[in-house]
Amino acid sequence: MKGYNFAYLDEQTKRMIRRALLKAVAIPGHQIPFGSREMPLPYGWGTGGIQVTAAVIGADDTLKIIDQGADDTTNAVSIRHFFARTAGVATTTRTKDATIIQTRHRIPETPLRDGQIIVYQVPQPEPLWRLEPSRVETKRMHALADYGLMHVKLYEDISRLGQISISYDYPVLVNGRYLMSPSPIPAFDNPKMNRSPALQLFGAGREKRIYAIPPWTEVRSLDFDDHPFRPINASYACGICGAENSYKDEVITDDQGGRMFVCSDTDYCERHRHDG
Amino acid sequence: MAYVAVKGGERAIRGAHAWLAEERRGDPGVPSVDVAQIREQLGRAVDRVMAEGSLYDPDLAALAIKQAQGDLIEAAFLLRAFRTTLPRFGYSKPIDTGAMRAARRVSAIFKDIPGGQLLGPTYDYTHRLLDFELFDNPPPPDAVRAAPDNGPLPRVSDILGAEGLLESDGPADAEPGDLTREPLRFPAARDVRLQALARGDEGFLLAMGYSTQRGYGGSHPFAGEIRMGEVSIEIEPPELGFAIDIGDVTLTECQMVNQFKGSKTLPPQFTRGYGLVFGFSERKAMSMALVDRALRAPELGEDVTAPAQNAEFVLYHSDNIEASGFVEHLKLPHYVDFQSELQNVRRMREAAK
Repeated sequence: MKGYNFAYLDEQTKRMIRRALLKAVAIPGHQIPFGSREMPLPYGWGTGGIQVTAAVIGADDTLKIIDQGADDTTNAVSIRHFFARTAGVATTTRTKDATIIQTRHRIPETPLRDGQIIVYQVPQPEPLWRLEPSRVETKRMHALADYGLMHVKLYEDISRLGQISISYDYPVLVNGRYLMSPSPIPAFDNPKMNRSPALQLFGAGREKRIYAIPPWTEVRSLDFDDHPFRPINASYACGICGAENSYKDEVITDDQGGRMFVCSDTDYCERHRHDG
Repeated sequence: MAYVAVKGGERAIRGAHAWLAEERRGDPGVPSVDVAQIREQLGRAVDRVMAEGSLYDPDLAALAIKQAQGDLIEAAFLLRAFRTTLPRFGYSKPIDTGAMRAARRVSAIFKDIPGGQLLGPTYDYTHRLLDFELFDNPPPPDAVRAAPDNGPLPRVSDILGAEGLLESDGPADAEPGDLTREPLRFPAARDVRLQALARGDEGFLLAMGYSTQRGYGGSHPFAGEIRMGEVSIEIEPPELGFAIDIGDVTLTECQMVNQFKGSKTLPPQFTRGYGLVFGFSERKAMSMALVDRALRAPELGEDVTAPAQNAEFVLYHSDNIEASGFVEHLKLPHYVDFQSELQNVRRMREAAK
């Protein structure tokens, strides 16, 4: 785009972000502060993910942008348009054709492969924030790997409700060391992070933090021996493609209680319909 | 079918933005407002946008106000997003507000001060009666101004400081931090705190400052001095070796003087709260000074009990660009998370049966 650098950010800023990314990859799950810039999109609308994508994207990359699993949700459309405009890169809706996937709230159903990068938009990088609002305190807790507070929260859920009540943004332990927010993906998606062949990068623009999971890293959803982690999903097949193992959106069809369940991953749904 | 309704986002966005442009123009029978008219006649709005957008450019601020239909936070956001793309040629020398060509300068702690009390173009003492004559755009009355004194306007804080009754500002030896390059970290030093406050939302600072006056972290403030006027900006290019004046900016500065009983290490003396804002914005400069003083509680050995004294609370929530983005992001689709909550609640209700 005239008057702007490739992928909007200037090269100095990209270097600063890449340095933060390198640190993040070197210490899986650890939050690295970075000099997040104001972007022409609002904070909370993907500015962290956009900055990370802008720092790693090259002219020959193929970019896929999803929000809620879908390529055609308004904010995904807006961000895809931003990169098409500022970087002129090829875009795709097919998970397997993409070299970089930027996502909000989902991990694609199609397993990621070696060489792909998935960039998560993160509203709140601090997994402990609901339990301890002070970042000075939570920083200390991470340094000491003092995660008792979170285990107590899970235990209290079980003793009061009979089960863990967290259904999305379900905390994970990365590489056996750092407690990490997987971003607000449904707990259903958590297992996809474990030992993924893809590089997973997380950008939180407003909170000015970057973190990462290198390929093939262990990512464990917190649980107890007698209360193992249980991802939740609607127990219906997709009303469009018939897929049973995919994550479903619930669609209200009338005001008489009518509803259907459809794949949240629009690319997966389309492939599944075509390939039977 | 409802599912289809979320498709076609691209076309919908284009349509929405075209509608927005039409609405921004309003009734085509009414003349379009010029950016120059906004700059000249809505100066306080321009000043606020420059301060919160942290870019001193009245023309661009006026353009942003026009583009944002007068939504000042949206306008500040436009200015900020533009600001980040600008290259940095250098850093100015510290400005000298003591040498300000003041249009206004008042002190609430001394009846008369060297250089005098200058009321300037203020809303103070106006009666807030709607002036229906403004409907007809009458010419303004002649403003009779006192002959400029041109004498020095020493800071009231310096006069008090000479006697040792007011704490000193401390040495200015270290490079100041820069929040626009480095993220906020705690404990945040006063330079960084002041930068955050100078960029912060006027309404938020007003409420925080007000809270200290109602018992949530009181600091017994007096308005030592408020001054507003033009200050020269100087840079010293390394190849020249001497400073050159590159232009003037209008600033509002507030020095609050606060009672202080003393502590184990400090004798009883007055302490400072400082506010400095782009443009003419007394409300913000004063609020900022109250909050600055409240945030100094730990260094002065005071208990941190109130929100305005809590640096994490104040500094993480003072930026209206961050705040409005995150509050308004709630209108983005959340159906995946909501769906997982729905399933969860259904499962728990099932289990409770």
